[in-house]
Amino acid sequence: MAETASLRPTFVRPRWLTAPVAAGALLVLFWVGVALTVQWWPIDDPVLFAGKRLASPSAAHWLGTDALSRDVLSRTLHGAQHSLPIALVVILSAVAIGASLGAVGGFLGGLADAAVMRLVDITLSFPPILLAMAVTASLGPGLWHAAIAMIIVWWPIYARLMRAQVLAIREREHVEAAVAAGATAPRVLLAHILPLCWSPILINATMDFGQVVLLIASLSFIGLGASPPTPEWGQMISEGAQKFYQWWIAFGPGMAILSIVLGFNFLGDGLRDFLDPRTQ
Amino acid sequence: MYRYIIRRLIAMPLLLLGIVSIAFLLTHFTKGDPLISIIGERQMDNPIVIAAARARWGLDRSLPEQYLIYVGNLLTGDLGTSFQTKQGVAKDLLQRLPATLELVTAAMLVGCLLGVTLGVVAAHYRDRAADHLARLLALIGSSLPVFWSGLILLFVFWYTLRILPSPGRLDTRSTAPPFVTGFYTIDSVVAGNFAVFAESIWHLILPACVLGWAVMGIISRLVRASMLDVLNQDYILAARAKGASEPRVLVNHALRNALIPTLTIVGFSFAYLITGAVLSEKIFSWPGMGSYAVDAARNLDYPAIMGVTIVGGTAFLLTNLVTDIAYAFVDPRIRFR
Repeated sequence: MAETASLRPTFVRPRWLTAPVAAGALLVLFWVGVALTVQWWPIDDPVLFAGKRLASPSAAHWLGTDALSRDVLSRTLHGAQHSLPIALVVILSAVAIGASLGAVGGFLGGLADAAVMRLVDITLSFPPILLAMAVTASLGPGLWHAAIAMIIVWWPIYARLMRAQVLAIREREHVEAAVAAGATAPRVLLAHILPLCWSPILINATMDFGQVVLLIASLSFIGLGASPPTPEWGQMISEGAQKFYQWWIAFGPGMAILSIVLGFNFLGDGLRDFLDPRTQ
Repeated sequence: MYRYIIRRLIAMPLLLLGIVSIAFLLTHFTKGDPLISIIGERQMDNPIVIAAARARWGLDRSLPEQYLIYVGNLLTGDLGTSFQTKQGVAKDLLQRLPATLELVTAAMLVGCLLGVTLGVVAAHYRDRAADHLARLLALIGSSLPVFWSGLILLFVFWYTLRILPSPGRLDTRSTAPPFVTGFYTIDSVVAGNFAVFAESIWHLILPACVLGWAVMGIISRLVRASMLDVLNQDYILAARAKGASEPRVLVNHALRNALIPTLTIVGFSFAYLITGAVLSEKIFSWPGMGSYAVDAARNLDYPAIMGVTIVGGTAFLLTNLVTDIAYAFVDPRIRFR
């Protein structure tokens, strides 16, 4: 009997699948699912008026309605369609720009490296929110302008990470061997160094994804991101702040931000424990 | 070590120049003609007024010339004139600086106290329930949008439970103590008015906890990691072998060394606190630089936005410089880098 039991396929928990990682993945998957499918859900329209203004939560409107009688739950769920794609674009662009500049700088050294790193130093000497605010204000308010501002704020982090990685890995023996075997410089960088550089970038990008969602909401809250009819979380909280006694207007979008940022933080934390055992 | 400090000091003016240059470039790529905001839309068809304004504000000069004028003005402490308040931006900021500094200091205090405590508890109960709870609290802290948590907590503790006071630095009927430092907590004591002192502390609690929670996350994480490092060392074993009590081992032996790496985070958390101040001062009706920045952004008051950016950047640079130098003094290993 014991032998037949052992033949049965049992689920072996992979080492990376810890409780936080699972919780984080669930939260993130939930919001990605919402962002992809919400237009087919049987809920009220996020922009059209649904009846009574400032109605408190009820069976018809689980999170109540706002000052223009729109359903808060529906607006909260639709918010994912604005925050997630923008966060994705920001992170991908920041990684693409930062990682390539950092890699080339670290690999070539000399003037190119110095130029890139001074630019990094200057950008990082601003508190992120202030630089993002100044850039968005200069471009003019708007979600995509806010996205450009966030790319400008975020690329230096990846440039610095990538450069440090390249500097460490180019000293390894297999790189020396490749150079001795006559590999061209681009080939050494692309085939022998870069493939080993990605794990810290991946961890940081995961954690930063949540922070980008937070910053988009912050910029919209200040009034530099999404403009009124858009169901964007920061914008909604800003409307909720003006209707202080109707707590439910801000409650939904706030919970949305908290859950998604927490999800990415869990995921990033778990990934770090797994990919980078030194910090445990 | 002195070479390290000197190198950092030499880099400072260059970085400051970088900050100023970026601010200058941003104002020049600003959408729309800056003239409109100076002379108003109605005067825009009057060529004489336009020419006069261009000459007055130096807009008829070449870009490099304008840059030199801009830097020159900054060096004399002239950050331009705010469109909204019609006052010098530097004057506005000076008026509002103490409120923000008081809030940020209180938040830092809360964040450090809670963060260190939580970090020590988490390290001591490693991988047990208390550890997981501490890490969860820390993660929530760095995931919360402060402009939302402030709002919700205000609703709960002020409006519903009536435990904490209304937003603002003091009750609406109270008057501010006479100006000495601009910190109401200090000024009220100087004036001998302890009722106002208690009131200002009372009003600080909620905003300081909301901002402090965000910083607590980073601090507790770092303290936990460095406590775990230290607790594995031989001298801790020696202390335990000598029969030192566990609290004594944790606080007197381990924490002292574990706190050193935490120093570096002070500069970094300053950025968090500035962010927090910008995002939550409006919610707490706090008349500081943060709410000034938000008003400036909402009204596209460019001189004010750039002023806040330059001042905030400079403050951030200085904090980082001071923490790095302090760190070099405390930890000799850094001198050889």
